[in-house]
Amino acid sequence: MHEISLCQSVLRIIEQQAAQQNFSRVKTVSLEVGRLSGVEPEALRFGFDAVMKDSIADGAILEIIDVAAQAVCSQCNNRVEVKQRFDACPKCGGVLTIEKGEELRIKELEVE
Amino acid sequence: MCLDCGCGSDQVNIDNESHRCGSRRVTIETDILAENNNYATANRQFLAEKNILALNLLSSPGSGKTSLLTRTITDLNSTHKMTVIEGDQQTSNDAERIRATGVKAVQINTGKGCHLDAHMIGHALEKLQPQNDSLLFIENVGNLVCPASFDLGEAYKVVILSVTEGEDKPLKYPDMFHAADVMVINKIDLLPYVEFDVDKCIAYARRVNPEVEILLLSATEADGIDEWYDWIKRGVSRAQGETIIGAHSVYARNLGAPHSEGK
Repeated sequence: MHEISLCQSVLRIIEQQAAQQNFSRVKTVSLEVGRLSGVEPEALRFGFDAVMKDSIADGAILEIIDVAAQAVCSQCNNRVEVKQRFDACPKCGGVLTIEKGEELRIKELEVE
Repeated sequence: MCLDCGCGSDQVNIDNESHRCGSRRVTIETDILAENNNYATANRQFLAEKNILALNLLSSPGSGKTSLLTRTITDLNSTHKMTVIEGDQQTSNDAERIRATGVKAVQINTGKGCHLDAHMIGHALEKLQPQNDSLLFIENVGNLVCPASFDLGEAYKVVILSVTEGEDKPLKYPDMFHAADVMVINKIDLLPYVEFDVDKCIAYARRVNPEVEILLLSATEADGIDEWYDWIKRGVSRAQGETIIGAHSVYARNLGAPHSEGK
């Protein structure tokens, strides 16, 4: 359940941004979550509501932008979508290097 | 810009209910782990300045992390200065086991937390005051999931897997085995009594992490333990070598600059 501590990090980033970008309430939080980021979206949603309670993001909507995992093959150079970290290249069986899908970012906020 | 409320939205559409006056969207584009990574960078810098080799030991509960650690401390105590940071949800039992060997240890209790983070390590380092040219072992919370995501500022992540577990753990917990620099297969003295296929385990680990170094040992019976110590010693010389090279290049730059300005 490290999703709880990730939500706490999200809240700290929001609070820093509130001072810098001059807002006092957060209505929506958009997070980019890669499929290989090691984060379970359902656990993130569960933790989010609990952690945001009584903060400037209390009751905020959590938007999760799902980022598919993409890798490039070291042998045939094709770009393919992967489901797991250890998938081999479906075209030639070569070793894949992950390019996308490890994201764990706050993309944007809807604030007032 | 919205003319009704001046809220700064550049996507105003009168019929679009999603635009609510009074609210605006702000771009953040910040990595959620950025804060942890900043603390980790600070830890790494502190450790590099003091020539300390830090190893982050990771495994599931019961793989023999603490046994490997106490044996390592006992065997290397005469040649190396060492300190330990122990992470557990509750109790200071492990730190007490370490202190019994005469080495300084700090216990971090994470409470409900499932991993150590770089901020906790920073505080533990303040308390520990490790000496220059020493070894720091960080025994993470027994968990093959969450600690994989948190850089602590260590030089290497060491994942420990015992033969009483399944050989397919690298495939079940790919993030951890992917993040590791070394995989230690522990309790090999029990191989005759368990169904654990070493070759398969190594193949699985290489599938998620082609570069991972692999060591086989028994912390209680000492089989393969010398290879583990050799690996640690190579790490120690690398940690000290890197800093010396780094110091030389800084020295060279400082020497070079006034001359070039003088010309």
